[in-house]
Amino acid sequence: MRNFWLPHRIVMAALGVAVLIWCVLTLRWDWLPNYLGLAAMGIWRTIWLLVLSLVLGMMLAIPLGLAQAAGPRWLAWPARGFCTVIRGTPLLLQLWLLYYGLGSLFPTIPWIRQSDLWPILRQAWPYGLLALTLSFAGYEGEVMRGAFRGVVKGQIEAATAMGMPRLTLLRRIWLPQALHRALPTLGGETVLQLKATPLVATITVVDIYAVAGRVRQDTFITYEPLLLLAVVYMAITGIIVLLFRHFERRLPSRVA
Amino acid sequence: MSGSRAGASEAIRVEGLRKSFGAHEVLKGVSLTAHEGDVVAIIGGSGSGKSTMLRCINFLETPSAGRIVIGGEEVAMRADGSVADRRQIERLRQSLGMVFQQFNLWTHRTILENLVEVPVHVLHQPRAEAEARAQRLLARVGLAEKADAYPAFLSGGQQQRAAIARALCMEPRAMLFDEPTSALDPELVGEVLAVIRDLAAEGRTMILVTHEMKFAREVASHVIYLHNGVVEEEGPPDALFGAPKSERLKQFLKSVG
Repeated sequence: MRNFWLPHRIVMAALGVAVLIWCVLTLRWDWLPNYLGLAAMGIWRTIWLLVLSLVLGMMLAIPLGLAQAAGPRWLAWPARGFCTVIRGTPLLLQLWLLYYGLGSLFPTIPWIRQSDLWPILRQAWPYGLLALTLSFAGYEGEVMRGAFRGVVKGQIEAATAMGMPRLTLLRRIWLPQALHRALPTLGGETVLQLKATPLVATITVVDIYAVAGRVRQDTFITYEPLLLLAVVYMAITGIIVLLFRHFERRLPSRVA
Repeated sequence: MSGSRAGASEAIRVEGLRKSFGAHEVLKGVSLTAHEGDVVAIIGGSGSGKSTMLRCINFLETPSAGRIVIGGEEVAMRADGSVADRRQIERLRQSLGMVFQQFNLWTHRTILENLVEVPVHVLHQPRAEAEARAQRLLARVGLAEKADAYPAFLSGGQQQRAAIARALCMEPRAMLFDEPTSALDPELVGEVLAVIRDLAAEGRTMILVTHEMKFAREVASHVIYLHNGVVEEEGPPDALFGAPKSERLKQFLKSVG
């Protein structure tokens, strides 16, 4: 800890504290207590949208990457097509196509309206989650394609030569090594994904970004909520960066 | 298994093996028989097809034509040479311990985990039993204290000895060595050869592709000289190295010193 407090860091910290005090003293924060509950809910919604779309997106990205790296042509081409379309169009467009497209198609289909899923499908968040998931899958499918291809051939040959069945080989050797390779990239992509989440505010999902908009509409205070919003996103980004740094440290050295 | 009585002591038999990469025919009908306890050395210049021949035995390369019989059981092949029964070849591969030029230890697992990976996760042996055997094998190749190290922290010679132990941990019927010392610094070659010599001495069946002529002469019971995809000459080591008949082999032996 003593090593941490070097002169330049002391100056930076002092500057940060000064800015914070200036913000607290000169800006308006009287609205904040009224919106704490809503803000907490918004942060919670942002985080679970992020986490769920990361997990579901990776579950799609792994087969997408594998199909492109090693699959037969009839699997590789559709996978490449999907990644190309997703990466070639704005996420906002995909989101609106799903929400206004699927969202207006489903109510016209009787068996969907009568199904148990309807109470969920008539809300906005499933379309937001779907769009975020497909987007992450498209980008990470491409990352995983490179990661699968990049695993040294001998690593796979050694497993093959010992009679390891293909699925075991994928699970125990190929996938872990590909994920290790992809981890630094995935960290960066996760941060990008966080900053794609506010788009769901455009289809009425109340995430933390939408809460800032609500404050502005109710109170005509613009600047302070946005400032706080920036701090919230930076804090979540910081947590993501620290998490991935922790994962990367835990990896055994890969120098061959 | 369908092993006949006459072939009971036969570990590996290769008949009329052909292999083409595109229009280029690397193996033009080669044969080989290794009985239990045999040490067959395959020698030849680069591009002679010796590594390809070894890799065809456990189908790391798909032969274009020919027969491969392991422990009396013929590998079922389709007309194009590909494996007809994946389960069969996976089972037969488990009985052939392969050692690669580049070691190919799994970099994301410790040495001990490398050794028990297949016994535990494929053969479903009890972990304690597999680990005890792995520790014994590591001690035997002089790496007892490296069990928990990752491969990247070992020298090339240590990695190759660990790779040999990994192959032995499967308790294979035969060992296949693909130029096991070619990627090593000269001062590390000796320690790996010592381990292989030790295995030969205990009567293990081995097929060995090598550039180490002195070593081949010392440990092999049978030597095959490959040239341009055909067996140019074969026989006991003393005959082959001491009195080579073919002009090509004479020249080859002269060129490798």
